[in-house]
Amino acid sequence: MIHFLTHDTEDNVGVAVVDIEPGADCTGRNLSDNKSLKAHAEEAIPLGHKIALKDFKVGDDVTKYGCVIGRIVADVKAGYHVHTQNLKTKRWA
Amino acid sequence: MAKRKIFGYRRENGTVGVRNHVIILPVDDISNAACEAVANNIKGTLALPHAYGRLQFGEDLELHFRTMIGTGSNPNVAAVVVIGIEPGWTKRIVDGIAKTGKRVTGFSIEGKGDIRTIADASYVAKEYVHWATELQREECDLSELYISVKCGESDTTTGLSSCPTVGNVIDKHCADGGIASFGETSELTGAEHIVAAKAANEEVRKEFFAAFEDYTKLVFNQKTNDLSESQPTKGNIAGGLTTIEEKALGNVEKLGKKTSFIGCLPPAVAPTKPGLWFMDTSSAAAEAVTLWAASGAVIHLFPTGQGNVVGNPIEPVIKLTGNPKTVATMAEHIDLDVSKILQGEMTIDQAGDALLDIIVRTANGRYTAAEALGHREFVMTKLYRSA
Repeated sequence: MIHFLTHDTEDNVGVAVVDIEPGADCTGRNLSDNKSLKAHAEEAIPLGHKIALKDFKVGDDVTKYGCVIGRIVADVKAGYHVHTQNLKTKRWA
Repeated sequence: MAKRKIFGYRRENGTVGVRNHVIILPVDDISNAACEAVANNIKGTLALPHAYGRLQFGEDLELHFRTMIGTGSNPNVAAVVVIGIEPGWTKRIVDGIAKTGKRVTGFSIEGKGDIRTIADASYVAKEYVHWATELQREECDLSELYISVKCGESDTTTGLSSCPTVGNVIDKHCADGGIASFGETSELTGAEHIVAAKAANEEVRKEFFAAFEDYTKLVFNQKTNDLSESQPTKGNIAGGLTTIEEKALGNVEKLGKKTSFIGCLPPAVAPTKPGLWFMDTSSAAAEAVTLWAASGAVIHLFPTGQGNVVGNPIEPVIKLTGNPKTVATMAEHIDLDVSKILQGEMTIDQAGDALLDIIVRTANGRYTAAEALGHREFVMTKLYRSA
């Protein structure tokens, strides 16, 4: 079973394609080169939500589709949920 | 592969429709009651009540007329009864629709009242229904259909599955010589560089950026915060989308991999030749689909993640989703399930072919989920306050 997908080799977050349980060892796939990826979920990641694939510090860019989708506003460690609590738009602000 | 064929209605001006509506079109808000009464009298007609049409001026008024005339001119419409409070603007809309060669008659209420207007219009509507119901579908190429695309209540699965499925269809439809259109100007924010790179030439690229920057200015002039309460929507956020950039990057997957867009259209303006066109629209589903229907689009492709339920009275809206939870919880709204893409059990190309199959079936007469459920959202775009 695939737990998460990434769009591009530059991506530093994955998208859960099933509900991921806390503590789960996850298998992922990168859609651009079809390579297999691994991650360890530190908390629940609902289907469709993003899992951090690296440790992020405040001010870091988050990359998905090979493009920047926003900046980190609270530190996140790998395996944690990346969403509105720690990621904000760089536009319209 | 042999060209896909459909059975459609070839209209007087050569365009092909997939529905055969006789519509009762109000020029203005205060003529809604008469239109609804005519539609109640004469079965097989459809009234399109809306909220505007009085004291509008400038570009806003021009858009009103384009939307009214375009709706009546859509190839999914066989004939039109127009009712307005006064004869001047009523005639302007009748004359605009009549350019297609379509049957259209206007009625105005002032000096006569609702009841006599309703009676007079009902006799004409009845004749139109008799005539329209004898029209026969004929074999046409699928590529003769003008298709519009826009997603709604997106989530991260739309960018992974349903939007690239639509993109695959755009590539195939435009390669076959079809017409297609995308828009959602503000929802391209964060992916505007990707859209710009798909412009067929520098002139088209400049026109796109002009429309995009104009919309961005509107957002900045009116906003009271960073729009995080509106864009992404609450539904987008529940589905895992965090920022407008992320939403836009999923959105533009609908544009396909191979197709350049050949021109930029103001809202509710018809494309003039085959190919993919950008139209400057709002990202709100009902407003945007209404503008595409007014530009002549006859089938709309609508990827959804969390389950937007929108429909349109004259343009069938085909919904597809790649979110297995939405397939399970909102099955009655979904025309095509592409959730197998997420586990790699279906390729984007296979999903694109499955979508083409459902387009053909819809064009041949199959009701979409939105049609069966009675979704007829007809929403005029208003640019600013009336005088």
